[in-house]
Amino acid sequence: QKVSVEVLDHLEHLALVDFRDSEGVERLQKEMEFADQLHEVNTDGVEPMDSVLEDRCLYLREDDVTEGNCTKELLQNAREKVEEYFVAPPGNIPLPKLEERDTFLQGS
Amino acid sequence: QVSAALKEGRVTPTELCQQCLSLIKGTKFLNAYITIAEETALKQAAASEERYKRGQPLGVLDGIPIAVKDNFNTAGIETTCASNMLRGYISPYNATVVQKLLDQGAVLLGKTNLDEFAMGSGSTDGVFGPVRNPWSYSRQYKEKSVPKSHSEDKESNWVITGGSSGGSAAAVSSFTCFAALGSDTGGSTRNPAAHCGVVGLKPTYGLISRHGLIPLVNSMDVPGILTRCVDDAAVVLGSLAGHDPKDSTTIQDNFKPFELPNLTDVSKLSIGIPKEYHVPGLSGEILALWSKAADLFQNAGAKVVEVSLPHTRYSIVCYHVLCTAEVASNMARFDGLEYGHRSDMNKSTESMYAATRREGFNDVVRGRILSGNYFLLKQNYEKYFVKAQKVRRLIANDFVKVFRSGVDVLLTPTTLSDAAPYKEFIKEDNRTRSAQDDILTQAANMAGLPAINVPTALSERGLPVGLQFIGRSFQEEQLLTVAKWFEKQVQFPMIQLEEVKGHDRDVFQHKKSASFS
Repeated sequence: QKVSVEVLDHLEHLALVDFRDSEGVERLQKEMEFADQLHEVNTDGVEPMDSVLEDRCLYLREDDVTEGNCTKELLQNAREKVEEYFVAPPGNIPLPKLEERDTFLQGS
Repeated sequence: QVSAALKEGRVTPTELCQQCLSLIKGTKFLNAYITIAEETALKQAAASEERYKRGQPLGVLDGIPIAVKDNFNTAGIETTCASNMLRGYISPYNATVVQKLLDQGAVLLGKTNLDEFAMGSGSTDGVFGPVRNPWSYSRQYKEKSVPKSHSEDKESNWVITGGSSGGSAAAVSSFTCFAALGSDTGGSTRNPAAHCGVVGLKPTYGLISRHGLIPLVNSMDVPGILTRCVDDAAVVLGSLAGHDPKDSTTIQDNFKPFELPNLTDVSKLSIGIPKEYHVPGLSGEILALWSKAADLFQNAGAKVVEVSLPHTRYSIVCYHVLCTAEVASNMARFDGLEYGHRSDMNKSTESMYAATRREGFNDVVRGRILSGNYFLLKQNYEKYFVKAQKVRRLIANDFVKVFRSGVDVLLTPTTLSDAAPYKEFIKEDNRTRSAQDDILTQAANMAGLPAINVPTALSERGLPVGLQFIGRSFQEEQLLTVAKWFEKQVQFPMIQLEEVKGHDRDVFQHKKSASFS
């Protein structure tokens, strides 16, 4: 089955990354077909595995402050900042709809 | 050996550092390094020299020049992951493994080249260009190359290093450093190690801290170790392994560094040969070598058995789903706000993020993010992601069954063939190549097992071929002991590099200084 434009658009929204051109869409198509091979395997009664260390207890440290006070270092790598804030453009504006966006998918 | 030389004063850390630095300059055409930390390296070397003068070196690694793959954070040094997204990013901290090496007195020469964000199997897809395999310039390779017309530049026949830790492998292989750190998620340390004729160790997941390693797949990544001999790998492992409170996925067991014994009697060993690793596409040469190695063990008295890992052929598919899913999550942190590239687009947060990521990531990365998001969609979650997790368990169980039946170590090929010429390699896209090349190395990451590539012999084209040993969880000592025995038996030849301009030839001729332990 081919992936619909709605799904592709949805993916671009979720990932905030664009397909760029038909090659990108084809790649996804190929990945899907490739992944379908998984269904050949019988996994009845098999639990999903999250981690190879599942038999061990996760390390939890004491809730004590051991480091910090590195505001200057952390801000150094940001391009836009004001005093001790990272500056971002306005946040409650959704990404433009497919018709208005500059994306390859518009043509499809 | 070089460590002993340092101790005895036959060579000083500063001399060593300078020789390596000048060698790096002389081998610039390999494009193995992205950043060379000349000033800090010389300072570290000077400090090491002081310690040796006082007779108080910090350990075997004091004064030893090393290189680190550019996806490990190094304080004050640019860390790019070979991506535009992190160009100009100066890490504010050292990755735990880097810190540990520095604490032992190692001299950090620079950051090595890789595939962008460690995605790839050729070290050809980073923004700083591909890495060239030093063996392309070896006498062994040149002798076997069919001379084409005079006008064709010798340069254009160079072969790839494999990936994604190609820069690190090339650096170790060309003698510009004595050990290098790589990372291994699907074979990224063992693959280039095989193509460059060096030892590549993937430790058990949970043994070495990932704090500071820019993550690709949190449940499979491990820092990898590249050295010229197995003993060196054991030394580096000894200084890196152990619990790190900053990485909760490191196990809490006490780790004791070990020295490898010189095994002489292998009669108590059981070597498993997984038949599923005889994949279509495996070159006849490597198949023969694999067979020869099995015979070697058998003739020496070890028990060599054929075993079965039935789900091997699904490990690549499983990997693709799990890897892209985790990548989609891990790459979400790159939004341009706190670090890295930031687009000038300012209309809204989302559009700024989208533009930043559009500008910063290459096709490979973007492709994986989109695929990952696809597999994580509500309608696909059970079908693909959870299914892949179930298959993962089956793969891991395959290994458990085999090891439980008495096998100590598995012997398999590492790569399908020797290194391909760059021109051939780029004919297929990254995804296809990764799917092909990771087949033999991937399953060890799925199961979290330790694995090591040992350079075995030269192919008909004069290029290195390695074989892989996979061991039981946390049994690196046993794994490395077997690897060391094998290394001694095969006597892999030293690279005879030519065409390296303006360096001190003695560093090459001086075979003794090839390893540091």
